[in-house]
Amino acid sequence: MSQTISNGRPAQPGAAPALALHVDWTRCDGRGLCSEMLPEILGRDEWGYPIAAEQHRGRDIPVPAESEVAARNVMSLCPVLALRLTDPHAR
Amino acid sequence: MTIETAAVRDSGTVLVSRLLAAGPDADLARHIACFGALDPVAAAPRLLAELEASGLTGRGGAGFAAWRKLAATARARDSAPRARPVVIANGAEGEPFSRKDETLLTNAPHLVIDGMLAAGAAVGAGELHLYASEPGLSAILGAVAERADAAGIRIVTAADTFLSGQASAVVNAIETGRPLPRDAVKHLGESGLRRRPTLLHNVETLAHIGLIARYGAAWFRAAGTPDDPGTRLVTLAGDVPRSQVLEVHGGARIDAVLAAAGAEHDRISAVLVGGYHGGWLTADQLGAGLSPAALAPYGAHPGAGILLALDRTRCAVQTTAEIVEYLAGQSARQCGPCLFGLPALAASWRELAAGVAAAESPRRAWDLADAVDGRGACAHPDGTARLSRSALRAFAADVEQHRHGRCLRATH
Repeated sequence: MSQTISNGRPAQPGAAPALALHVDWTRCDGRGLCSEMLPEILGRDEWGYPIAAEQHRGRDIPVPAESEVAARNVMSLCPVLALRLTDPHAR
Repeated sequence: MTIETAAVRDSGTVLVSRLLAAGPDADLARHIACFGALDPVAAAPRLLAELEASGLTGRGGAGFAAWRKLAATARARDSAPRARPVVIANGAEGEPFSRKDETLLTNAPHLVIDGMLAAGAAVGAGELHLYASEPGLSAILGAVAERADAAGIRIVTAADTFLSGQASAVVNAIETGRPLPRDAVKHLGESGLRRRPTLLHNVETLAHIGLIARYGAAWFRAAGTPDDPGTRLVTLAGDVPRSQVLEVHGGARIDAVLAAAGAEHDRISAVLVGGYHGGWLTADQLGAGLSPAALAPYGAHPGAGILLALDRTRCAVQTTAEIVEYLAGQSARQCGPCLFGLPALAASWRELAAGVAAAESPRRAWDLADAVDGRGACAHPDGTARLSRSALRAFAADVEQHRHGRCLRATH
């Protein structure tokens, strides 16, 4: 994926999230790596699956700009490749 | 299942006969005698604009504006002209009580075919698929055999599961034979069957498109209300004199639709609107219209057009518990939050119904709905959460009585 997904927006802390984390729930089996590496975004539900740390609207979980690098790492480290970063503004 | 038309019942402005106007089991001759012939290619250039002006929404459950899907598919085609779009007519009727798609396919198969051909011409489709189960399947096969212009339609047998009609499950079934939802980050209009731009509509939506392609948006809007134009097929089930499918004006009052089916208002304590992924309305709320806007305050929507009536001698809490149990059993078991969360929600409702629930038990049901909502490849957890929440709202007093071993159902 070589496209610019930050959309050219400045990466200011607290700015409106440019990206969102998409969980492929058919792949995820709750290993827990993502919630360990992104505690500011993800917690775990009572069955161990990742859940947004804060209530949010929509199916994908917003990723603030300051977490983008960590989110990219998690995406590639997920043992079942269940995570993708999507750009909600691309549509 | 018989068809009622406006002519045989005097129910004021509720019933209307459009989709089913050609009469029972209409063959091609009667279809053309009733509606006239349609030239899909001639209608194609204006179809998108007419659909947008018509205000037609999807009749499969989610209720999206029909024109938006068509526009998205056409846009995807324009950006990748070598991937010819696909049109899929979805006639899988997973909702246990729904009979409207079956009724449409058996009585007006040619109207569904017309809609497929019109939509196909408008998006420049390279493939047309129709996905349905018996008895609609036989009817559509017979209709396809009657006309040369339908020869390219591929008929695919739908699985007999609750989720078989879920959009990504339909695409998966046609592509791989497995009727299970799958994960997607793109809409089907961009990337669907074998990654082609895919226009997937419910068969009733396509039948309406078959009429709009002929008569235009203004004609369509002459029925229904401004915020819910056109007509809807509704399945009446549960505690009604007999289960049946009626064609009603969009936005028709729910109590009037029930009356048209011969239901006695005094006997009904609640109605599940929209099916098992829908919401409960209590007897005092049945003056609401069967439209997305009128039902939104109750957390309900017209869904696939099901009205499941509950007699006042039946326990609403027990009925809800049975439905949640069924929905938990119909999980595709692919997504963790659904696989574990829905059985937990079902257990919570079993306890509420059995009267073994503690004071915090309704809280547990609310929390579980939040825990599963939006966390699956398809909207099955979302729909189950919606049903559970609506029952907790509608039957709050009854749930409280159950904690004390009592029940608010009438004794006669």
